[in-house]
Amino acid sequence: MDRLCANARPDRLLGLNTMANLTASNVTISFPLYHSDSRSLKKTILGQASARFGRDTSNRPVVQALQDISFSLNSGDRLGLIGSNGSGKTTLLRVLSGIYQPTGGVLSAEGRLTALLDPGQGMNHQLTGRENIRLRGLYLGLSPSETLGLIKDVEDFSELGHFLDLPVRNYSSGMTIRLAFAMATAFPPEILLMDEWILAGDAVFMEKAKKRVEGMVRHADILVLASHSPSILVEWCNRLLWIENGQIKGDGHPMDILERYLPPSAFRELAKLDPVP
Amino acid sequence: MTKAAPTMQRDGAFRKPVHFHLSSDRGWKQRFHLAWTDLREGMHLWRLIAVLGFLDIKLRYRGSALGPFWLTISMGVQVAAMAFIYADLFHTDIHSYLPFLSLSLIAWNYLNALVTDGCACFIESDTVIKGMRMPFTVHAARGIVRNTIILGHNIVIIIAVFAIMGIHQSLYSLMAVPAFALWLVDAFAFSLLFGALCARFRDVPQIISAVMQIAFFVTPVMWNSTILTGHRDALFLIRFNPFYYLFEILRAPLLGTPLTVTIWAWALIISGLLILFSWIAFARTRGRIAFWV
Repeated sequence: MDRLCANARPDRLLGLNTMANLTASNVTISFPLYHSDSRSLKKTILGQASARFGRDTSNRPVVQALQDISFSLNSGDRLGLIGSNGSGKTTLLRVLSGIYQPTGGVLSAEGRLTALLDPGQGMNHQLTGRENIRLRGLYLGLSPSETLGLIKDVEDFSELGHFLDLPVRNYSSGMTIRLAFAMATAFPPEILLMDEWILAGDAVFMEKAKKRVEGMVRHADILVLASHSPSILVEWCNRLLWIENGQIKGDGHPMDILERYLPPSAFRELAKLDPVP
Repeated sequence: MTKAAPTMQRDGAFRKPVHFHLSSDRGWKQRFHLAWTDLREGMHLWRLIAVLGFLDIKLRYRGSALGPFWLTISMGVQVAAMAFIYADLFHTDIHSYLPFLSLSLIAWNYLNALVTDGCACFIESDTVIKGMRMPFTVHAARGIVRNTIILGHNIVIIIAVFAIMGIHQSLYSLMAVPAFALWLVDAFAFSLLFGALCARFRDVPQIISAVMQIAFFVTPVMWNSTILTGHRDALFLIRFNPFYYLFEILRAPLLGTPLTVTIWAWALIISGLLILFSWIAFARTRGRIAFWV
């Protein structure tokens, strides 16, 4: 019955899925740490044999990458992820994009989702930019005519011109990012997940990228951005999630969280640039 | 209940599911449901699978004048050289041995590549697996497309040899078509099962390649199974050899040699067990593969 009601929603019928939502409840990820030796068949078999002799049974080392992460994002939310290296930001982005199945908890996503986790993702560096766009069209399951639209859009946005006909391995890292960003946002996703590498673009491109993301968010969408740069986070996000050791240490307005996260001197510096409204 | 699937937008730019719900492992019902969704979504991306398979070949031979026909040439040379040596060693007529050997070697080459690539299918796709949400069945099917394209290049040799040696094909040859279809299904099942197993246990690919090397000699690839008549003890080589049954159903119709129902039955039983086992294993491991690669 629920399904029927969902089908009958007018926005669904029009294909205008306006309500994007991304909810994590008690998401836990424990990462198996298979070292080159603990991963082998021999160790597992022998490990089980030795377990019978009452030896140490925990030959499966596990890292708690994320513990009890809960939050809910709705249309218009721009969430920033902050935390020291290895705190679990990228793992969280991977969980949110549906790559890792949580070992505990539930994740649900409503809306077309695109994840920009690493610049070269889904790109073949031997292929030209244009061939890569076509490949992306296939990854997205587009029809040939829709793929033509994708190529046109990426051409316009990335401003790579003739470079699009060169193999991607000849691109500078900034150019690769332009291409990746343009491809990811060509048909605006309703949920965009980005890791910090996006900050490697030049200033002109960053401005353009920001405009595009703002446009997306104005159309009632969701952004999740992991970054180490406080100024970027303040500029792009309206909510901040501070993760430390895989646990949420703070969740709230960017300036409030940054006040606790940053060393006092760095925060004063930031507050001078961007006073709290 | 309307037939329109709520998760698919036919009119929009994206035909990817717009909704997903991912919870921690909740037992077999959920596992089989996720495995089935994976398979269904993967088959929707058939165009991607085909292009990825083609690109693998195209990129491997980019800049080479003959391209994948180098495979044809090296295989042709190997077949010709071995045919003359072994026809002499086995005291058989080259006119019957050459067609037999060319078909057998090329089929074995295909099977071996399917097995090796099936083992590596998830390990090699690690960047894609960790970069975006993508049905795992896509990675398994990609290697099958790639190797089938290579087979297509090698088939030229078989056609040439059969034409030169005057091996005539009849309606009976069409029995090779269902056999080939069974091979494809088996290869897919094998890739799902061993792709996951090899990602978890990195020793398995080495074990498999050793097994395949032995299997090449104990399976009637270079020699005909008829030479075993009279060697009662050696018959177990083929009786308990799953490769023998799968090989016969494909090879016999093309060579015009008779095929018993028992051989087909065994081939179907072996395949059925493989598919069943791999489906259970895939349902069990699917959620963990991303952590293993």
